[in-house]
Amino acid sequence: MLTKRIIPCLDIKNGRTVKGVNFVNLIDAGDPVVLAKQYADLGADELVFLDIAATLENRGTTLDMVLKIAEQVNIPFTVGGGISSVAHVDKLLKCGADKVSINSSAVKRPELVNELAEKFGSQCVVVAIDAKQIDGEWLVHLAGGTIPTELNLFEWAKEVESRGAGEILFTSMNHDGTKAGFANEALAKLSSALNIPIIASGGAGNIQHFADTFTKGKADAALAASVFHFGEIPVLELKEALKEQKIPVRI
Amino acid sequence: MKLVIIDYGAGNIKSIQFAFKRLGVNAVLSNNIDEIRAADKVIFPGVGEASSAMKMLQESGLDKVIPTLKQPVLGICLGMQLMCNSSSEGNTKGLGIFNVDVKRFTNAVKVPQMGWNVIYNLKSDLFTGIKEKEFMYLVHSFYAENCKEAIATTDYEVEYASALQKDNFYGVQFHPEKSGVEGAKILQNFLDL
Repeated sequence: MLTKRIIPCLDIKNGRTVKGVNFVNLIDAGDPVVLAKQYADLGADELVFLDIAATLENRGTTLDMVLKIAEQVNIPFTVGGGISSVAHVDKLLKCGADKVSINSSAVKRPELVNELAEKFGSQCVVVAIDAKQIDGEWLVHLAGGTIPTELNLFEWAKEVESRGAGEILFTSMNHDGTKAGFANEALAKLSSALNIPIIASGGAGNIQHFADTFTKGKADAALAASVFHFGEIPVLELKEALKEQKIPVRI
Repeated sequence: MKLVIIDYGAGNIKSIQFAFKRLGVNAVLSNNIDEIRAADKVIFPGVGEASSAMKMLQESGLDKVIPTLKQPVLGICLGMQLMCNSSSEGNTKGLGIFNVDVKRFTNAVKVPQMGWNVIYNLKSDLFTGIKEKEFMYLVHSFYAENCKEAIATTDYEVEYASALQKDNFYGVQFHPEKSGVEGAKILQNFLDL
């Protein structure tokens, strides 16, 4: 049986992990390669690296980091942040990234999704969608959730699926950072409306939140950052608890 | 040990090269027919779309070479699918090494299958030391039907062949290079064949 995936997300700036990562016994908590290896050993199913300060100037640094991760990490990983061209994706994949995640660039130029899917295959194209519920309607936001658009979450998700996206990473801006649980109602609606995997993001605070997003939210994978980085929820402990609730996980 | 990864332009071969490097083996990327023939072991990778990958094989003449190789050959993901009779993806004729057809999952399940699933009914030296129902990482929309040449099966919508073998030819639908410690064991087993 295909299992539900647990995905730690690491924020990267200039090839280094930023904001608190508070693992014990780490020689260098800022080194994404060291962290990635640790997560792989601890049972993470995949990893996401988000370049939060992606610029043209530091692109080389990121490529170098991707190459080092691919060299040492034996589970799949996705790279996102500032990706807007086929040529850039080509470089990232050649350095060993398994998937890339695009967000604002897809909204600005939706054909990019088609181009990437045709050239590299849908399996490596993740479309990240940040959305906020305003007066009952889920609206897509850009630039880390700061700029609202007119796009409806569900319509946009359907559109990128038809353009060839292989997976949707949906972050609820209403839930992100609250540690009060994932946006399960919207997630369930997305998961039923689409026929590609949905990654839930935003709101993880405890183990039950993960269980709920898989059962009530019908998510295929769940992504979180701080609860993993600060050791609040050890990945293995989380997976054991999910297994006890009969949720299929890889242990 | 001379290990060659066939480099015909389809997919992420860096990960496979790195996986062998972690096992202490330097894998050479090549599309040179003589170099491929002279290798002790050959990896046939592939990610992407079947008909365009097949076209790239034909352009380089590798479609004629691969079925005649005598050393152990391991097809991975789309590589394995191209070793089959045909694929419904792009209505593609395959290399015909494995006597089985490749079909698409229906929309009764999410497509692609993406993530960790188990392999079972293991029957090959490729799986020495691998337990029944071990987890492997898979990303695919098309699958080889269960058949006589299956050396592992996996359940997703149907029970399908997640690994195949005929003589010196091996194929795996999953990505051993991305399947943690157990995946690395399978690559080591291939090196030990």
